[in-house]
Amino acid sequence: MSNPSRARLWGWGHTKPTMAEEVSVDRAGVAGAVKEAGERGILARGLGRSYGDAAQNGGGLVLHLTSDASEVVLNPTTGFVTVGAGVSIDQLLRVIVPRGFFIPVTPGTRFVTIGGAIASDIHGKNHHVDGSIGNHIESITMVLADGSTTVIGPRHNPALFWATVGGMGLTGVMLDASIRLLPVETSRMRVDTSRLADLDDLMASMSQGDDDVRYSVAWIDLVAKGRHLGRSVLSRGDHATLDELDARQGVAPLAYGPRQLASVPPLVPAMGVLNHATVAAFNEFWFRKAPSHRVGEIQGIGAFFHPLDFVGAWNRLYGTRGMVQYQFVVPFGEEQAMRTVVERLSASGAASFLAVLKRFGAANPAPLSFPRAGWTLALDLPGGSRGLDDLLHGLDRVVLDAGGRHYFAKDAHMTHEAVRRGYPRLEEWKAIRDQVDAHRVWQSDLARRLGLI
Amino acid sequence: MENALGQPQTIVLLGGTSDIGLAIVRHLLNPTTLAVVLACRNVEAGERAAAGLRSDGVVVDVVAFDGAATGTHAEFARSLSDKHGDIDVAIIAFGILGDGSETKVDCDAAAELTNINFTGVVSSTIAVANQMRRQGHGSIVMLSSVAGERVRRANPVYGATKAGIDGFAQGFGDVIAADGVHMLIVRPGFVHSKMTTGLKAQPFATTPEKVAAATVKGLRSKRRIVWAPGILRFMFIVLRHLPGPVWRRLPLG
Ligand SMILES: Cc1cc2nc3c(=O)[nH]c(=O)nc-3n(C[C@H](O)[C@H](O)[C@H](O)COP(=O)(O)OP(=O)(O)OC[C@H]3O[C@@H](n4cnc5c(N)ncnc54)[C@H](O)[C@@H]3O)c2cc1C
Ligand SMILES: NC(=O)c1ccc[n+]([C@@H]2O[C@H](COP(=O)([O-])OP(=O)(O)OC[C@H]3O[C@@H](n4cnc5c(N)ncnc54)[C@H](OP(=O)(O)O)[C@@H]3O)[C@@H](O)[C@H]2O)c1
Repeated sequence: MSNPSRARLWGWGHTKPTMAEEVSVDRAGVAGAVKEAGERGILARGLGRSYGDAAQNGGGLVLHLTSDASEVVLNPTTGFVTVGAGVSIDQLLRVIVPRGFFIPVTPGTRFVTIGGAIASDIHGKNHHVDGSIGNHIESITMVLADGSTTVIGPRHNPALFWATVGGMGLTGVMLDASIRLLPVETSRMRVDTSRLADLDDLMASMSQGDDDVRYSVAWIDLVAKGRHLGRSVLSRGDHATLDELDARQGVAPLAYGPRQLASVPPLVPAMGVLNHATVAAFNEFWFRKAPSHRVGEIQGIGAFFHPLDFVGAWNRLYGTRGMVQYQFVVPFGEEQAMRTVVERLSASGAASFLAVLKRFGAANPAPLSFPRAGWTLALDLPGGSRGLDDLLHGLDRVVLDAGGRHYFAKDAHMTHEAVRRGYPRLEEWKAIRDQVDAHRVWQSDLARRLGLI
Repeated sequence: MENALGQPQTIVLLGGTSDIGLAIVRHLLNPTTLAVVLACRNVEAGERAAAGLRSDGVVVDVVAFDGAATGTHAEFARSLSDKHGDIDVAIIAFGILGDGSETKVDCDAAAELTNINFTGVVSSTIAVANQMRRQGHGSIVMLSSVAGERVRRANPVYGATKAGIDGFAQGFGDVIAADGVHMLIVRPGFVHSKMTTGLKAQPFATTPEKVAAATVKGLRSKRRIVWAPGILRFMFIVLRHLPGPVWRRLPLG
């Protein structure tokens, strides 16, 4: 265990930092660190890709699990991998893709840890067919509040397992997880792209075609107004098979080694460079660049799943006020609520870069898991936008009235009431947590803010 | 725990019946707010103020607090955290103006004024800040005054206490910044409030509401100093450097 050092910790949105004591530990050191817990408790932190304060613990201890690729143990016969919780999806893919496997769920960035992925029960473009990451976990090794180590899974201590999936680090520190992988023939994606004129068009075509494709997601221009409102680019695909590659690609079908091309220069003006004008221009460019209809294009994993990773630290483009990410889900049948949200965002004049719409499949048994059957929308907004507070609390009411909810990993503003209404199984989760952590060893800023502890 | 939009959940007002302080509280109230604590020496008056703030989901807690009783401050601040959890914003708004007698015959009155406005402010600010340092976050609003920018003959003792807490807040703000705590110094000019009732308004007189709006803006953008109204900042660049004979002849009361 390294010596604790005082650190100012932020979420990816760079909005509300707090000071904590930070330590790096390897898996053997976690139990020892737990004994150091003071009244402000302990929290595990991954790569800090949560947008709000989920990975912060003001005044308390924050644990960083050290990791390296040697903690990736693949069994190619069974297709299971056991991977250290501090290992990133980036590190994992570099080991498993060349050997013909893919992670069953990846978020829009590969710079998240396995621990962070499970704690948020992350979803990907395939949620409508494959569910979230929790659906693919065989077991988790975890250190509990009393310093003991236990193994949990959907068949072994399922209550604690499902409370840990989506449990935001508040049930214990995960050391490793065993994950069922997806076998792939190649490291390429076969992608179909089409442009759609408006939101109704988009929702109609997603409702029809989605169930036949593994990956599906749409990008919506929320800056566009009037008849362009909701214009979008729908992208669908699956892992390319060997015979879908051309001769040149077929030479090394499983080659994988994504590079980060550029980083944001260190000097971004304090007010940021993403404002209504620049975002509108970017969105226009993005929409026009997309083909009106193209099928069977072969893309790399990085281009298809992690386009933002080509630019490091892009969040800094928002300047000192940072950004807020807003993600919610509303059930199928509540399309009108989605329309209302899109209309209000467009009318508000807020500069939303990259709004992503997707269809979720069924929820899993985890009481705090975010995804449930319905439509989910995710978007970034500059943190300093005027009227943002009223706008977001207003949208919250639309979402909650429609029976929807918001994503903890992205949240930065919710009320306690929004949590209670969105997560009706909160008390069930708390009861399980109370059994394993009566004294609140596990604490976070998010947990304090949303009344989870 | 304040959210990313700068909306506090827990707000504490020291000087719980202060007109300016209550205006700031009203501007800070938001859908996430859980608790407002009005710390008053006159609890009955505090209850009347509380009635105007209560709404669904917000607990307004009126507690006894004497700014002059420095020996009680540490325990007072601890009890706030025990009862309400993390304190997001604390507004230090208590103070008295005095009536000028303290500069003539009544040195006891001068000492009392100093004890409330300076000693008590310093002591209670440190007590509250210590709770925030433990949390690793929080914001303190220090109600200073332009009266401390250049002390006038109308209120030398009051002016000196304001100069004193302003200087304290600048230096102490840098100390607690290292622990994640934000100090915002607010320097209002003449404000129409119960402190100034019956006095002749000064140039650029303003209202508690306007001071509150400027304060909340300053909190959200993490400013160090806010002037209310903003023009006073430029006025005082000049006033501070006027030669003494000219300054003394200005009609500033
Ligand atoms: C560009 C971008 C795109 C994204 N796209 C998606 C997406 O498509 N789908 C999606 O679901 N999410 C998405 N996210 C969100 C991201 O996947 C989650 O926030 C994820 O939790 C981040 O992982 P992390 O390792 O950075 O964890 P952190 O942000 O550091 O921590 C998140 C939570 O995990 C807990 N945690 C971390 N490690 C452990 C451990 N070892 N044991 C116990 N708890 C632990 C923390 O306590 C905290 O509560 C995206 C984020 C970004 C920045
Ligand atoms: N008004 C102005 O023109 C002006 C200008 C610049 C700065 N300020 C400063 O702004 C702050 C707020 O002033 P205001 O205009 O809002 O005046 P206010 O309404 O008179 O508020 C001052 C408050 O301090 C309280 N108080 C006094 N002594 C106390 C003590 N020993 N313990 C606890 N509380 C005590 C008073 O309570 P009681 O009701 O019990 O007396 C009163 O509620 C003060 O620091 C003031 O100096 C005011």
